[in-house]
Amino acid sequence: MDNETQANKSSVLLEIRALRIDGMRDDRWHEIVKGIDLTLHRGEVLGLIGESGAGKSTLGIAAMGYVKPGCRFSGGSIHFDGIDMLAASEAKKQALRGVRIAYVAQSAAASFNPAHRLIDQFAETPIQHQQCNKAEAYADAKDLYGKLQMPDPEQIGFRYPHQVSGGQLQRAMTAMAMSCRPDLIIFDEPTTALDVTTQIEVLMTMKDIVEKFNTAAIYITHDLAVVAQMADRIMVLRHGELVEEAPTCTMLSAPQQDYTKSLWAVRSFTKTRLAENTDEQAIISVKNVTAGYGMLDILHEINFDLHRGQTVSVVGESGSGKSTTARVITGLLPPRIGEVLFQGQALPKDYRQRSKDQLRQVQMIYQMADTAINPRQRIRDIIGRPLAFYLGMNPKQCEARTRELLDMIELKPDQFIDRFPSELSGGQKQRVCIARALAAEPSCIICDEVTSALDQLVAEGILRLLDRLQRELNLAYMFITHDLATVKAISDEVVVMLKGRIVEQGSKDTIFSPPHHEYTEKLLSSVPQMDPDWMRNLVAQRSPQH
Amino acid sequence: MGSIVNVILQRLGLGILVLFAVSLIIFLGVELLPGDLCQAIQGQAATESTVAACRRDLGLDQAAPVRYIHWLGNIAQGDFGTSLANGRKISELISVRLGNTFFLAAVAAVIAVPLSLALGILAALYRNSWFDRSINILTLSSISFPEFFVAYILILIFSVKLAWFPSLADVSPDTPFFERLHKVFLPALTLTLVVMAHMMRMTRAAIINLMASPYIEMAKFKGLSRAHIIMHHALPNAWAPIVNVVALNLAYLIVGVVIVEVVFVYPGLGQLIVDSVQKRDIPVVQACSIIFAATYVLLNLTADILSIATNPRLLHPR
Repeated sequence: MDNETQANKSSVLLEIRALRIDGMRDDRWHEIVKGIDLTLHRGEVLGLIGESGAGKSTLGIAAMGYVKPGCRFSGGSIHFDGIDMLAASEAKKQALRGVRIAYVAQSAAASFNPAHRLIDQFAETPIQHQQCNKAEAYADAKDLYGKLQMPDPEQIGFRYPHQVSGGQLQRAMTAMAMSCRPDLIIFDEPTTALDVTTQIEVLMTMKDIVEKFNTAAIYITHDLAVVAQMADRIMVLRHGELVEEAPTCTMLSAPQQDYTKSLWAVRSFTKTRLAENTDEQAIISVKNVTAGYGMLDILHEINFDLHRGQTVSVVGESGSGKSTTARVITGLLPPRIGEVLFQGQALPKDYRQRSKDQLRQVQMIYQMADTAINPRQRIRDIIGRPLAFYLGMNPKQCEARTRELLDMIELKPDQFIDRFPSELSGGQKQRVCIARALAAEPSCIICDEVTSALDQLVAEGILRLLDRLQRELNLAYMFITHDLATVKAISDEVVVMLKGRIVEQGSKDTIFSPPHHEYTEKLLSSVPQMDPDWMRNLVAQRSPQH
Repeated sequence: MGSIVNVILQRLGLGILVLFAVSLIIFLGVELLPGDLCQAIQGQAATESTVAACRRDLGLDQAAPVRYIHWLGNIAQGDFGTSLANGRKISELISVRLGNTFFLAAVAAVIAVPLSLALGILAALYRNSWFDRSINILTLSSISFPEFFVAYILILIFSVKLAWFPSLADVSPDTPFFERLHKVFLPALTLTLVVMAHMMRMTRAAIINLMASPYIEMAKFKGLSRAHIIMHHALPNAWAPIVNVVALNLAYLIVGVVIVEVVFVYPGLGQLIVDSVQKRDIPVVQACSIIFAATYVLLNLTADILSIATNPRLLHPR
């Protein structure tokens, strides 16, 4: 590195001092960023980490002098390369955005305009800002697509957003952010929506391109292991305040604050016991199931059992057929071949032919508690409905049982029974969904990515609750997830799926100890580790094979 | 592209089915009318034998299903039968009138559609400004007044006071194009005022509805101007609802012009249908109804197909 770049690197690019931002909620202003200082040097990558509601996204986009509708700046200062972003005119900020500060959003699928080709959305920024003409922008796009290791860089830009995969879209968005060679890129949870195997590929290319162009970046995420790979320095935020700030290595090896330590410790939860009752008859047996939509088979020859008091985790990337398997078991999707047995008795393939008692035995909990409960019903109605429907309870019995169930899910009955879902937090909503499933007194519960949308601390609470309920009620769980840390924590048995087939299955210990199936190996090795060199090492390890 | 062709064929099939159902309803409706057609024609002079002869002449002595199939078969070949009032071929009678109606509708559409889209886009661009508000008030009040009132006000201003345009739109087949245009200007303007509010407000709402999408926010983060964002990012995704409302209003321009044609004494299909109802000229009423229904179905079909065709997922399948 010569002297000039050295000097460049140490100069301050973004300086935020005592920044305060208010958000409107219930017709009142609430402070959501409470006096945060942030300094970013040229070419430096800063990780912002915290749970949802910590204000990290708000802080990130504030660097562009932007607040979301319903928010306002209420104090402090933001200077980008000497420009006062709070005093700058809208036109001046518009000239900076996309050119000197760029943004990469969490959901690439929603952030690309469905009506235009990728390459035109790439070219739009430089053309509109009069940086270059269309032909130059196209050539640059192809070059960047290549640098980001997208397949067929010459042609892929001419596709529409719905025609490429999630991982490719996220790379196309990174390329788009790079189009004007900005000084600063804000990555807002860019890999949260991706599978682990895809995530690592996207992370590698992002890190690579940021280093190549010596771009400074703010990397926002809730995943510690991810930020450890990307950032030079980490800031931990909570409730809009700075908890701790340190270089990545120091932060990982010696966190100072209790909150930071608790974040680090989340992955420590493990299930307390292993039930050894495999000789007993299975509650649910999936026998040789092949199923799909129309003529297309999604699942091929699926076989596995669920036993009382045990958890079977089904893992695999999106599109591997995990949720389709759940739909077959619940009877939502009748299989083409094969059957589902309940205690040795074949269940009717279609849920419409199942008796109330058969339906009652298998209940589901979904990923999005928000959309899985009716926003216009009170908690008492949400939980009371299955009580009346399956068990024929009268209103008085319903109320009594609902209170018991609320106690079981650790929500105070008096406080919660008359609330609407909108008056609950994400974790509380998921608890209500659990109570609703329990209300039917099932013997088996299918949990479809139930913790994926939750923060780690909240997710851990849900896992502990599910574990306790399993012990108390001797429930069988089928746990669908793509998160291997969760699998490690809660399963007795593991089923690994790839493209609608089971590639490996067995007890947790067998699956997690070598030798692995090739795909399981890839899945396991793709889970980010709390080691800043993990990704570099992995890339070095994998590259000779390619 | 295969999927789009399939969708279009499917919609066309459905459209034909709808037309068939409509023809049945029209026929049954006329059947259910009280009284006897021949008695009505001959009035007081009717004797049993003359009525029977008349019924035989008109084929009314046959069973209803037979007559329906006969009628439908003739229409399919472009033969609408003859008018009872003057014995002329209905197809001749209608063709000139229909041409006039289409001409007036076209002139009104050429003014109204671009104007309302432009105003809608501008209203979305300057949302909640004085411009947005006054445009909303103006279009809403013009749609709130009855058509004949708007028409008379326009006549009062433009033909009585200013004398720029004639108050009578009495065109004939040999009226030259520009004179024709001059004559239909006031009725066209009336229709424009009537249909504009709907289209303009839908354009505005469809665009504003999309302004909260993540890709619009992304466009803001790319530093694009508001006008560029609306034209290039919101509008292409807003076509489906807009096209549907435009089609609905275009259909109104053809089907709903009765009052305006009467006020301006314009020789269109609306005038014809009013006259025919008064004269109990049932075959003409039936023919007009079928043409109106066909127009409605065709325009809505076009809107359906256009709104599907503007969906990139269908246009460019994986």
